[in-house]
Amino acid sequence: MSVDLATVKRVARLARIAVSEEEAERMMGELNGILGFVEQLSEVNVDGVEPMTSVTPMEMKKRTDAVTDGSKADDIVANAPNSDRNFFLVPKVVE
Amino acid sequence: MSIVDVRTPDPKRFIPGATGDWEVIIGMEVHAQVLSNSKLFSGASTEFGNAPNANVSLVDAAMPGMLPVINEECVKQAVRTGLGLKATINKRSIFDRKNYFYPDLPQGYQISQFKDPIVGEGKIIISIGPDRQGQFEDVEIGIERLHLEQDAGKSMHDQHPSMSYVDLNRSGVALMEIVSKPDMRSSDEAKAYMTKLRSIVRYLGTCDGNMDEGSMRADVNVSVRRPGEAFGTRCEIKNVNSIRFIGQAIEYEARRQIGILEDGGVIDQETRLFDPNKGETRSMRSKEDAHDYRYFPDPDLLPLEFDDAFVEALKADLPELPDDKKERFVRDLGLSVYDASVLVSEKSIADYFEAVAEGRDGKIAANWVINDLLGALNKAGKAIEETPVSPAQLGGIIDLIKAETISGKIAKDLFEIIWNEGGDPAEIVESRGMKQVTDTGAIEKAVDEIIAANPDQVAKVQAKPSLAGWFVGQVMKATGGKANPQAVQALVKAKLGIEE
Repeated sequence: MSVDLATVKRVARLARIAVSEEEAERMMGELNGILGFVEQLSEVNVDGVEPMTSVTPMEMKKRTDAVTDGSKADDIVANAPNSDRNFFLVPKVVE
Repeated sequence: MSIVDVRTPDPKRFIPGATGDWEVIIGMEVHAQVLSNSKLFSGASTEFGNAPNANVSLVDAAMPGMLPVINEECVKQAVRTGLGLKATINKRSIFDRKNYFYPDLPQGYQISQFKDPIVGEGKIIISIGPDRQGQFEDVEIGIERLHLEQDAGKSMHDQHPSMSYVDLNRSGVALMEIVSKPDMRSSDEAKAYMTKLRSIVRYLGTCDGNMDEGSMRADVNVSVRRPGEAFGTRCEIKNVNSIRFIGQAIEYEARRQIGILEDGGVIDQETRLFDPNKGETRSMRSKEDAHDYRYFPDPDLLPLEFDDAFVEALKADLPELPDDKKERFVRDLGLSVYDASVLVSEKSIADYFEAVAEGRDGKIAANWVINDLLGALNKAGKAIEETPVSPAQLGGIIDLIKAETISGKIAKDLFEIIWNEGGDPAEIVESRGMKQVTDTGAIEKAVDEIIAANPDQVAKVQAKPSLAGWFVGQVMKATGGKANPQAVQALVKAKLGIEE
């Protein structure tokens, strides 16, 4: 598996990361190096092996259904570049 | 997902086009908000309508370093719903990240379940009808899966000329996405499916089913084909928030697609929006990458695992569901399928009916609840929760009829009085002199008077005995409807010398 320049640019756009033409070229090389390295794993026979989703041999911790948080709208918007009456304000987005 | 066509094309459901018949294929993804006090992965409240960002924890706002911890009740609610859908419960499921960019999604991804959902295949039986012969047709609609996921926040675009306002109160609230198989073949079936699904989650208490507040919303997949041919290209109508709109959107969309195909065109697979004001669907010109979600297992969360005992305990506590209740009403109370269907359609109606029927005749109770109570509520535009006549009051009216204290006709008047003014049925009957006259002497006197005053009718009735009904009517009128109709009938016939 390898990626071309268009794929690199698309992934960058999806992640909202600005990359210049030059950076994209360089990243394509780096990514293909990484992918090539990972590719070696496909040589291992994994027939009948369940995909591993966690490396920790423990059960997921669960919470009881109680309201223990919230009521701190001032804190929530404190770092926002722009807010009004505790709403976040962002450049207009309409579908 | 392999798509299997489980239905036989039925001409009753075809849509006629200019060049022949078409069949519509419908599948639905319903988002149902889980009833819980706190959110899926945080301790913030789920309460509706609070001040902006009041129900937000640092987890919901995706502040750096915050980690999600799952709410066990939300897991239980999903399992209960799965059991209600007669579905496979997966004792091991995985949370994945669904990545997309939108200002009301602070994490930049939604925690959802992609490959391994908590609930697998199940089914819902919908009832279509009654037709002109009063028959119902039961149709089984397959459920593909149910998974748990986070809701996003809410954006408002009309508060400012160049800015959107974002409120994260809904961000992180638990949703169940319930995906049907493409088993529906008409807008009526789709509406019946949504109605039934809403009824099931309300019975279970896993979602309030309130579509006005967005607690349930549907993405409707619609395609058309020539009957018997392969499935066509589908369009997805996003976020339809009422059952009526689901029907309208499908009718419009099916005809739009048929129009394109009959003109020799092809259907573009796309996402569309339903505009309730215009009654039409239109394309959401979304970016080409909109569906590239780059799913991967969420490294912040371990697999969700539980054992059989966990599922069995929830199963043991499950309430009676609408299908079982309907069957019991028909079997044990002798109700018609139609009456039973009406009564179980909403849990609150079924509860009301059962309170009235307790210790009384089920059929009589059903008639009063359906014809009189639901009729009056419908006319007044009220929900059953707002009824001015309580089950105890309606039961009291029925008891008075049974005890022959009042006639059926007076009972209707009594119902209206209680509807408008309230009060105890027996006391009202006593204080307003509505008691049925069973005193034969008094009835006899009235019969004699009517016969004496109408010699012409008496002459006619000898030739045509069926005219006796006219005398019964006159006597009832003279007694203000309070005479016992059976007693009047017997006396009239005896006095006029008509054989039974």
